Amino acid sequence: MKLLAFFGNDKTCTAVLLLITAVTFIIPFCNLISPPDSALHFSAYTVSLLGKYMAFALLGLSLDLVWGYAGILVLGQGAFFALGGYAMGMYLMRQIGTRGVYGNAELPDFMVFLNWKELPWYWLGFDNFGFAMLMVLLAPAILAFVFGWLAFRSRVTGVYLSIITQALTYALLLAFFRNEMGFGGNNGLTDFKDILGFNIQSEAVRGVLFMMTGICLISAFLVCRWLVNTKLGRVVTAIRDQESRVRFLGYRVEMFKLWLFVFAAMLAGIAGALYVPQVGIINPSEFSPLNSLEIVIWVAMGGRGTLYGAIVGAVLVNYSKTVLTGLLPEAWLYILGGLFIVVTLLLPDGIVGLLQRKIREQSA
Amino acid sequence: MNQFKENLFDDPDKSNTGVMAVKGSLDTRHGPILYMEDVSVSFDGFKALNKLSLYIDDGELRCLIGPNGAGKTTLMDVITGKTRPDTGSVFFGQTINLLEMDEPAIAQAGICRKFQKPSVFDALTVFENLELALKADKGAWHTLFFRLTGEQRDRIDEVLATIGLTEATQYRAGILSHGQKQWLEIGMLLMQEPKVMLVDEPIAGMTHQEIERTAELLLSLQGKHSIVVVEHDMEFVRSIARKVTVLHEGSVLTEGTMDEVQNDPRVIQVYLGG
Repeated sequence: MKLLAFFGNDKTCTAVLLLITAVTFIIPFCNLISPPDSALHFSAYTVSLLGKYMAFALLGLSLDLVWGYAGILVLGQGAFFALGGYAMGMYLMRQIGTRGVYGNAELPDFMVFLNWKELPWYWLGFDNFGFAMLMVLLAPAILAFVFGWLAFRSRVTGVYLSIITQALTYALLLAFFRNEMGFGGNNGLTDFKDILGFNIQSEAVRGVLFMMTGICLISAFLVCRWLVNTKLGRVVTAIRDQESRVRFLGYRVEMFKLWLFVFAAMLAGIAGALYVPQVGIINPSEFSPLNSLEIVIWVAMGGRGTLYGAIVGAVLVNYSKTVLTGLLPEAWLYILGGLFIVVTLLLPDGIVGLLQRKIREQSA
Repeated sequence: MNQFKENLFDDPDKSNTGVMAVKGSLDTRHGPILYMEDVSVSFDGFKALNKLSLYIDDGELRCLIGPNGAGKTTLMDVITGKTRPDTGSVFFGQTINLLEMDEPAIAQAGICRKFQKPSVFDALTVFENLELALKADKGAWHTLFFRLTGEQRDRIDEVLATIGLTEATQYRAGILSHGQKQWLEIGMLLMQEPKVMLVDEPIAGMTHQEIERTAELLLSLQGKHSIVVVEHDMEFVRSIARKVTVLHEGSVLTEGTMDEVQNDPRVIQVYLGG
């Protein structure tokens, strides 16, 4: 009953959630029971593409939490995604072992190529899956904590904060491009072989990764949904609308923003970690400011401050991107920009806002 | 030293009557709950407050009047930590230095404010607005796992009845009328159970009946809370005030009963610009 009340008042939301759940379990199941040439069989390409969309949906969700609810327009959410991705990539690199081009059991190829003799200290421990997963959460969390602590305590808000987050991701982009950083320079990390001892290219592993992505997305959605319905969620909404007023009620606004920002960064990190094994590469371009701006567009198009809107937006925009970059590669950025303008001017509540209005009109 | 020892071994229940004041706890034995001494604030050379000294007694209902730009709102900003004065001291009781505290700390210590422009949270319901204001642990972690107790729910219902919004509990605050928003904000003040209430222009936008009810409410609160009201409506001030302070150009011009200040030639000159 309680669960029903949790979703009951929002049909679009329930529909989106059911659809994700169905996709998450049906696709790997179909691939398990049907032979490769049957019509029920989804190609490796389709599975990894959908898995990628779901990882992006999780990333969009994380941005909607901070932007839609706390009003913090983060233009560098991609940085946390990339950090999570790099943590996963480092684990996968360490699994290659002697199968690299240079056959060095200890060092990844790019380090051998740079004439490095031993593993830098910050690569230690990444051969352990548990440690790497911990870093998937901790690396974005620590960056978000330090950055947020400085920014929110100094009461940097609005467009200034947005610009600094943009600068943050750009600075990381430049840093990760450097070979001396020890993250593979502009080639990034790739050529992955195994994950937990299983071949990462195999269909079964791809299916499991796909399912994990879906499960993470659904869980994250439910946790976020719970979070915004707690008193903390209401304080955060109040901060979005009248930050200084909340202070006079006795709440330490900066702490609320900080914890939410850190939590969202961790979600973005998980999304990155799920994305990397499915696409098989992580490189510094994931830090590019443009990527972070795209996340904002997904959320704005889907419908800000609804959580599931971010999922809808992320999937639809990325699907259009896949289709249109195939058909008209040069036009994509113009179309994206155009869509953003159209949505901002005509659909301030995004696609799900439009759907909700239609449903209400029909029932009325 | 002897006094200190005596106080140290005193029965804790009697500590209020002890000689030593404990730093950090509210001490109003000398009468005033708010002390402002020689407070000056300037914005780009403009002196919003000029060596202002003001004392508010515990349980008192005080009205502040004065022409525009007299420094009434700046004064409230200084007390609540929004503006730091250039010079002067501001104490809550005898021991709590408000200049060392930020806005949330001052609010938690028991000084709460209603703003001139009603600033309720439009996206939240009336009930949720009151719930946010409710006196409780306001740390992030505690807020995440917060659940209303029956007692707290009763308290919210009680305040809803007081401010006449029982029927509107589940409405979004954004759709309330201007007067209702004023009432909701007064309700939010009550939820915080403050020691000092700073009330900036409470009756702007209210109907005649609403004004009367506001006057009744404020009068019923005095004694339990110390209340400072800033208001332009002289009739309203007359109906509630025992003691009125007139501000002019950032300092106290005069203090007294409404009749006294209205007959003060300096006040007449300031208001008539003579």
